[in-house]
Amino acid sequence: MATSLELAQQLKAKFGDLISEPAEFRGELTVTIADAQRIGEVAAFCKAELGFDYLVDASGVDNYGEDPRWSLAYELFSTTKNVYLRLKTHVSEEKGELPTVSNVWRTADWHEREVYDMMGVRFIGHPDLRRILMWEGYPYHPLRKDFPLAGKPTELPEVAFSKTTPMEGGPFVTVSGGKDSAAREPRIRIPED
Amino acid sequence: MTQNAELGYNTKVEGEVVHTRVDAAINWFRKNSIWPMPMGLACCAIELMASGASRFDISRFGAEVMRFSPRQSDVMIVSGTVTYKMALSVKRIYDQMASPKWVIAMGACASTGGMFRSYATLQGVDNIVPVDFYVAGCPPRPEALLDALLKLQEKVSKEPVISVWKKAS
Amino acid sequence: MANTHEIQFGEAAARASRAAEDLPDLQGEKMVLNMGPSHPSTHGVLRIILELDGETITKATPDVGYLHRGDEKIAENMTWNQFVPYTDRLDYLAPMANNVAYALAVEKLFGIQDKLPPRCQYIRTICCELSRISSHLLGIGCFAMDVGALTVFLLTFTEREKVYNLQEALTGARLTTSYTRIGGVARDLPPGWVEQCRKFLSEVVININEVATLLDRNRIWVDRTRDVGVIPKDVAIDYGLTGPNLRGSGVDFDLRKKQPYLIYKDLDFDVPLGSVGDCYDRYLVRMEEMRQSVNLVRQCLDKLPGGADNKSKEPVSIQDGKITLPPKGKVLSSMEELIHQFMIVTTGVNAPVGEVYFGHENPKGELGFYINSRGGGTPYRLKIRAPSFVNLSVLPYLLPGHLMSDTVSILGSLDFVMGECDR
Repeated sequence: MATSLELAQQLKAKFGDLISEPAEFRGELTVTIADAQRIGEVAAFCKAELGFDYLVDASGVDNYGEDPRWSLAYELFSTTKNVYLRLKTHVSEEKGELPTVSNVWRTADWHEREVYDMMGVRFIGHPDLRRILMWEGYPYHPLRKDFPLAGKPTELPEVAFSKTTPMEGGPFVTVSGGKDSAAREPRIRIPED
Repeated sequence: MTQNAELGYNTKVEGEVVHTRVDAAINWFRKNSIWPMPMGLACCAIELMASGASRFDISRFGAEVMRFSPRQSDVMIVSGTVTYKMALSVKRIYDQMASPKWVIAMGACASTGGMFRSYATLQGVDNIVPVDFYVAGCPPRPEALLDALLKLQEKVSKEPVISVWKKAS
Repeated sequence: MANTHEIQFGEAAARASRAAEDLPDLQGEKMVLNMGPSHPSTHGVLRIILELDGETITKATPDVGYLHRGDEKIAENMTWNQFVPYTDRLDYLAPMANNVAYALAVEKLFGIQDKLPPRCQYIRTICCELSRISSHLLGIGCFAMDVGALTVFLLTFTEREKVYNLQEALTGARLTTSYTRIGGVARDLPPGWVEQCRKFLSEVVININEVATLLDRNRIWVDRTRDVGVIPKDVAIDYGLTGPNLRGSGVDFDLRKKQPYLIYKDLDFDVPLGSVGDCYDRYLVRMEEMRQSVNLVRQCLDKLPGGADNKSKEPVSIQDGKITLPPKGKVLSSMEELIHQFMIVTTGVNAPVGEVYFGHENPKGELGFYINSRGGGTPYRLKIRAPSFVNLSVLPYLLPGHLMSDTVSILGSLDFVMGECDR
């Protein structure tokens, strides 16, 4: 029974420097793809040769303030070999797009639409890239770090409107990644805009 | 002649004849057959369904006909979070209902937005429709919803009917 | 005396086709029908834009997002324990299963999954399986109600009220339980709960069999669900379906067996699989899963460490002040516990840097949490992999070719819930 480490090493053997060394955390293996524009080939290889027939999840992370800004994590699973593997890739803010994997796994269609809706990352070659959770014509991408939790007022007649939510000084909670206890104290956080 | 439009009926005096005012009779018909339009959006809809099921029978109060058609219903029970995307649909359905109509905002999300203080949630359905009763709870127990329904029945029984018709015509 | 005139009806389809031959330009345009967000058979606020050619669907586009409340952005602003009530409201038909899924995901991030005390693991398993029974009861009840069998809805809701009684005795709330905490559960089983649970199990089996007698070999039910909404195996895997939808198509994938968590390794149960992948198969899989869950809860109750009354005072949370709240008596008298309580409540439990994904076998499918943490008390990014969101993506493939009334059967058999889909 192949383990995920063997499969990751097979992937690295095929693509060489494009794939990083597999990193392990809590029993899970993550490989980073250096060039996001080649995700299509890597995905096709994973499905066809390594047997990862199931895309469990595709999510985007906004590294606000760092470059590259967008990270995408594809969680793969093989129903035949019963192993997980995570593919991570980074996209810079200026480029802002990468190829779709919906021709490899059809479930990526909706996941990628959601990443586009929430973060604004575009997918080249996607059959139908439009907003899925917010309404068509909503001008912002809500899960970006510079978008406040309270939202911004918009108006689209006959479709939807939105207002700023009264937060009353909240959310009064810590910041993720605070380096010491002073940084981790809960305080009112004003959104950076 | 009292201004109170409630049903005046004394069995010892009248026997099988009910001698009352038109207002009281009409309100009595209306309050005992309030047909809800369940705007069942989220978790409160499950408690709404539970109040329609056998344990907390809502049909004891005449309201088991949960018509999803706004034209045939009297009260709109907004149960669940109203998001901005859904808000205009709720408003449109409220506009399609025929008078007299009432709204019960069931649960914290429908009353004020609940625990979801975010960019996508309408902070209370009273921003778009006039609400008669707010039911607290997340989700409110079916008994709380039935309490709201009974208070709504009291409110309906006090409505001036004939004077409103006369003023309208 | 009126003239009686016998009318020959003949075969209606033959007449229609003869008529169509004579008037070929009666082939009208396609009609666009909006199965709107407020509809009795869409379970929640789902909008499907259907293109119809007569009664047959040619194209279906689901429009989700009418219940999008911004859970993932809220999660970035809540500490680990503060987010537990939001997980209840995801799949609000099985709230305890969501609580357990989230707690297990965060505990995987912390690396403390194996430190959970055994009593806590058994209690969590019992909660998951009770939620599975409750969710399937409603799934089948609403499926049958939409297709037209109203009695089944009332029967299953009576049993669900009993589950609500159990949940209320255990957690304080009927529907939105918020029972688990990071490192354990909120409180121990109250006295008499185990007997109440056993009594419920013996009654629910009778009720499941009643529903089976009403539906299993019912001519109308079989006609409306057999060979409707067939999902082949490879399509099911490609579209990412999970749960009874996937197992109805014959794919043997149950996270409780393939990637066991809690104590499922020690428990003995079967995983029902369908053969054809139609609505009838998915219904049968759910019925059998309920019976298996009853069996599982009985095994857990028999093996519960500490027994029904916990005379040996087995802990139900990890006894580590940095992770779970210390006992209140100690907090008010000892400095160290006071500081731990203060840190946990204000800044949240301090997480390591890293990212994890944990998939849990929810009644609707695989509920997964992808947590990207940069240390501290709040997640940097929390992505909820909702089974209903992925299950609904199969609709554009599945609906075309079926009749308008089959839509109701298909939606009922997919058993999705919009709170989870839209988050």
